[in-house]
Amino acid sequence: MSDVGAMTIASAAGAASRPALLPLSVRDLVLRFGNTIVLDGLNLDLGATGCTMIMGFNGSGKTLFLKLLHGLMQPTAGCVSWGGLQPAEVTARQALVFQKPVLLRRSVAANLDFVLRSRGKDRARTGALLDHVGLARKADQPARLLSGGEAQRLALARALATDPEVLLLDEPTASLDPASVLAIEQIVSEARARGTRIIFVTHDMGQARRMADDIVFLHNGRVAEHSAATDFFSEPRSETARHYLNGRIVV
Amino acid sequence: MGNILQGVGDALGLAIQLVLSGDPDLLEIVFLSLRVSLTATAFACLVGLPVGALVAIGRFRGRNGVLIVMNALMGLPPVVVGLLVYLHLSRSGPLGFLGLLYTPAAMIIAQTILIAPIVAALSRQVLEDLHMEYSEQFRSLCLTRLQTIRALLWDARYSLLTVGLAGFGRAVAEVGAVIIVGGNIDHLTRVMTTAIALETSKGDLALALALGLILLIIALGVNAAVQSVRMTAARQAYV
Ligand SMILES: Nc1ncnc2c1ncn2[C@@H]1O[C@H](COP(=O)(O)OP(=O)(O)OP(=O)(O)O)[C@@H](O)[C@H]1O
Ligand SMILES: [Mg+2]
Repeated sequence: MSDVGAMTIASAAGAASRPALLPLSVRDLVLRFGNTIVLDGLNLDLGATGCTMIMGFNGSGKTLFLKLLHGLMQPTAGCVSWGGLQPAEVTARQALVFQKPVLLRRSVAANLDFVLRSRGKDRARTGALLDHVGLARKADQPARLLSGGEAQRLALARALATDPEVLLLDEPTASLDPASVLAIEQIVSEARARGTRIIFVTHDMGQARRMADDIVFLHNGRVAEHSAATDFFSEPRSETARHYLNGRIVV
Repeated sequence: MGNILQGVGDALGLAIQLVLSGDPDLLEIVFLSLRVSLTATAFACLVGLPVGALVAIGRFRGRNGVLIVMNALMGLPPVVVGLLVYLHLSRSGPLGFLGLLYTPAAMIIAQTILIAPIVAALSRQVLEDLHMEYSEQFRSLCLTRLQTIRALLWDARYSLLTVGLAGFGRAVAEVGAVIIVGGNIDHLTRVMTTAIALETSKGDLALALALGLILLIIALGVNAAVQSVRMTAARQAYV
């Protein structure tokens, strides 16, 4: 447990002194629950910078893939390597915004305060972070009374509070109004501009066009297609991706 | 038959008079009761909450066994606890040199042993449910075990308050343990329940009824407190 503390001190000293997390390399990743095969020999290589969007039908394993990358689960077989390190070794250097945000039973500000304090960061940043995600007025309100969009923004602020080198986002804008979607995209883009590597799961085609450098399309437990965003949308190479883009169900 | 009813009626009148006039003997008994049971509740929480939290988030061998024991201990018969504490504190017992038998301290010890398992078992359930909800987020944040426990205890504070009140309710109402280790000595270890038991058998129904009334009011008060805590917490979405 003490190595977490050491890590936090190291991050204050500067990320440059530590081995880089990227490139990411995923080899023959298999995830199985009994007879259910979720990932079936998935291979993927991601470069050092930018925003990668992961797309795929419901149940194609996007959420579980993110959790594997983040070191929250063990694969059945295969390996994930963040610059040579295991996911569980680098969890603290990443942040994951969950599909359904879990907020503490405290005020909005106390939710951020808790993360800053537990990670040994400057607690004076709470106000600035809330400002950044447009929740300054809600600081003293119970976090669990926030609307869906506000809760997502708080979850994003909490993720940013840990100064992650990699930001994993699981459909953070599903069920948000258009203005909130743009607000979240803006915040993510700013993080990206500061050098944070973004890996983003979405079903929103417009969002993928606006944000993505490259698209990873998951199907049948594998990467059906990994191409630059412009290519993916103009000329998807795989049949299933074409069906997905045209809104057709594939069995 | 008519005589008994008549007697009860008179006694009830006297009892109400005792309560309303703030009879010093009565107050002494009530305050000792509250002091003993509140102190026992505090100690039981001091022991029971950390144990409950550790079992709630722990994944260790023999955990199921621990759960079974904890739940079984919830139903400890007060007289058995009293007897065990008596055996330890009696002059020939291992802790006899402390000279605690027939003191309020002995009563506090007995009630602490009686309700600590209740606090531990109930808080374990509360904290485990909360941990189920939080654990993935906490693992993502790489919290230490201590940070996790502290966060769970704080976020479950309203539920845990009701757990503490449940422990207090059991302590203040039990008679078996305190009568054995306290002995119901006037002005020293006489609490509400032992006084009721003794005065009833001696035929002093007025004092017994007066104390019974107060005990009832305390029980109602505890329940009202539990309700209002729940409602406050729910209103703020803190449960
Ligand atoms: N513990 C489990 N046991 C068995 N199957 C599971 C378990 N957890 C998830 N699954 C299955 O794994 C599949 C992939 O789930 P996942 O949540 O990763 O999908 P997803 O791509 O994120 O879908 P969505 O777009 O709806 O969010 C689903 O079919 C789900 O039912
Ligand atoms: Mg998902």
